[in-house]
Amino acid sequence: MPWLVSAFVLITVAGLYGGLVLAPTDYQQGDSYRIIYIHVPSAWMSLFIYVVMAVAGAIGLVWHIKLAEIVAISSASVGASFTFIALVTGSLWGKPMWGTWWVWDARLTSELILLFLYLGVIGLYGAIDDKRTASRAVAILALVGVVNIPIIHYSVIWWNTLHQGPTVTKMDKPSIHVSMLIPLLLMALSFKFFYVIAMLQRARVELLQRERNAQWVKNLISGSK
Amino acid sequence: MSLTQAFFAIIRRDLVLALRRRSEIANPLLFFVLVITLFPLGIGAEPRLLQAIAPGVIWVSALLAAMLSLDSLFRSDFDDGSLEQILLSPHPTSVLVLGKIIAHWLVTGLPLLVVAPLLAVFLGMPNNSLGILLLTLLLGTPVLSLIGAIGVALTVGLRRGGMILSLLVLPLYVPVLIFAGNAVQMASSGLPVDAQINILISILLMALVLAPLPVAAALKMSIN
Amino acid sequence: MIPKLQGIGLSCIRDDRLLFEQLAFEVLSGQILLLEGKNGSGKTSLLRIVCGFRQPDSGEIRWCGDAVNDSQFYAQMAYVGHLDGVKRELSVLENLKIAQSLNATGQYSINEALCKVNLAGYDDVLVQALSAGQKRRLSLARLLITANVLWILDEPFTSLDKQGIALIETLMTEHCANGGMIVLTSHHDIDLNDVDVLRINLS
Repeated sequence: MPWLVSAFVLITVAGLYGGLVLAPTDYQQGDSYRIIYIHVPSAWMSLFIYVVMAVAGAIGLVWHIKLAEIVAISSASVGASFTFIALVTGSLWGKPMWGTWWVWDARLTSELILLFLYLGVIGLYGAIDDKRTASRAVAILALVGVVNIPIIHYSVIWWNTLHQGPTVTKMDKPSIHVSMLIPLLLMALSFKFFYVIAMLQRARVELLQRERNAQWVKNLISGSK
Repeated sequence: MSLTQAFFAIIRRDLVLALRRRSEIANPLLFFVLVITLFPLGIGAEPRLLQAIAPGVIWVSALLAAMLSLDSLFRSDFDDGSLEQILLSPHPTSVLVLGKIIAHWLVTGLPLLVVAPLLAVFLGMPNNSLGILLLTLLLGTPVLSLIGAIGVALTVGLRRGGMILSLLVLPLYVPVLIFAGNAVQMASSGLPVDAQINILISILLMALVLAPLPVAAALKMSIN
Repeated sequence: MIPKLQGIGLSCIRDDRLLFEQLAFEVLSGQILLLEGKNGSGKTSLLRIVCGFRQPDSGEIRWCGDAVNDSQFYAQMAYVGHLDGVKRELSVLENLKIAQSLNATGQYSINEALCKVNLAGYDDVLVQALSAGQKRRLSLARLLITANVLWILDEPFTSLDKQGIALIETLMTEHCANGGMIVLTSHHDIDLNDVDVLRINLS
C-alpha cells in the first residue's frame, strides 16, 4: 500500500508538471485546454471502472468469490466520482469554448447517463439489506449495464449528430503533440493508481464490515487495542 | 408437461388474471392519456409547437406509462408465493418469465397502440407519420417491458422499490427513446426512417434473447 | 438411481447471527426429516437452502449423491411454504392446472387429489372465497398432482383443524410408503406409525 501511494504521488506530480508547465499552450484555446489532463483521464476511468465492476461482478456471480463481489461494489463509488469529475470538468471546459456551462454534446450526455447507471448500482446496493444478496443484484445490474453502454453511447451519438450537426467537432483533437500526449498518459496512469488505492481502501472497510463476526476480525481488533 | 405448454399456460394465466383485475389494464392507459393531455395545458396550444414536440411527448409518456405498469409484473406473484412455484418448475425460468413479460406487454403495452392515434390527432401530428408512430410503438414498447422486467426483478423484494426502479430502468430506456422518437420526427418531415426502424428491430431481438436471463437470475436473488 | 438427499457441512448466517454451522443430514426414501427449534432458529432458512432459494454460507446440498442440478432436482421435488402459492383470482381448478403445466404430471388426477384433501366439488370456486385451512389443503393438493419424490413442507399444519392435520398425516404416511421422502418443519410433534422420522433440533 505505501508503495502504491508513493507511485501514485510520483506519477501525478510528473503528469501535472508535464501537463501544466511543460506542455505548450494551445494556439486556439490558450491555457484553458489544460483541463483535459483531468477531464480526459476521468472520462476514460469512468468507463474502465464500469467494465471492471461488471467483470468482477460476473466472477462473483459465477464462482461465488466474495472478494470479487467486494471489488465490484467498492469500484462503484470510485467510478461514480470519476464520472462526476469528468462531467464537472467537461462543463468547466465548455464554458470558455461554447459560452455556456452545459451543451448537449454527445460525450457529455453519455457521461451523464453513465452517472445515472452508477447511481443506480449504488442505490440498489444500499436498498438491499442483506449484503450478499445486494452484491448479486449489483453484479446482475452491472452486467446488464455493460451490455447497454455501447448501445446507449451509439444512440446518443446518433441523436447528437442529427440534432446539432457537426458543430462540436472542435472537441476532436486532430493530432495531439507528443509533449501534450505524454502528460496525458501519465495522468491516465496516475488515475488508475488512484482508483486501485481508493478501491482497496473501500474494499477493506467493506470486508471488515461484512466479516465483523469472524474470528480473524475479532483478533485484529483485540490485537490493536 | 412440455415447455411450450408451460410457456403458454403462464401467458394464459396472466391474461386471465389481468382480465379479472381490470385496473391493471386501465391504469397505465389512463396515465398515458393524462400525461399527454397535460402538455398542451402546460406549454400552450400553439399548433406548430405541439406538432414539433409531439413525437417526443408521446414517447416520453409511453416510457413513463410503461414504467408505472412494471410493478404489477411480479408483485402479486411475489406476495402470494406463486413466484416460488414458478422458480421451482423444472422448466428453465427464463422461458417462463418471458411468458410473463409477453402477457404483461399484451396487457399494458399493446393498449398504448390503440390510443396513440387519438393522441397524435390531439397533438396535431401529420397523418403520414401516424403509421411510423404505431410501428415504433409496436417495436419499442416490448423492449420497455423486457428491460423493465430486469429492474422489477431486482427490486421486487424491496419494500420501497419504486424510486430505485426508475433510477435503474430509465437510463436503459434511452436508446429506445432516441431511435423511436427520432423515427417519428423524421417521418413527419417526410424523410426515410428505414435505419431507425432496423435498429429498433435489432434492439427488440436482442432484448428478447438476452433480457430473460438476467430477469431469471434476479428473481432467484430476490426470492431468498 | 436411489433417491437420497444429503446436506453436508451446512452453515447459515442471517443478519449477523449464525443460525447453524457444520450441519449434516441424510434422508433416504421412506424417511421423514423433521426440523425442530424455536422461532428464528433457522428452520425456514434451512428449507430454503434445500430448495435452492438461498445459498448456504458454507457446505452444499446433494441429491442422489451429486451436487444439485436445478432442473433435474426440481423435477423430483415439490415445496409448500409459508405462502400458499395460489392465485386468489383464479378458481381451484385453474390453480391446479397451472401447477400441473409447470411440472411433470403426478400419480393422481386433479379430481382424485381434490377428493383426497376434502375439497371435492370446489373446482370452480375462486380461491378468495376459501378459508385459510381450505387454501392450505389446496396448496397441499399440489403435491399429489405433480410428479415428485421429495416433499419440502414449511409448517404444513398451520391453520388446519384436527381433521385437516390427520388428513395430511395420512398423506405423508402414504407418500413415504410409496418410497417418497419428506423434509418438514413443524411446531407440532408429528405422530406417525411405521415411518422412520429423523429429527434435527436447531435451537
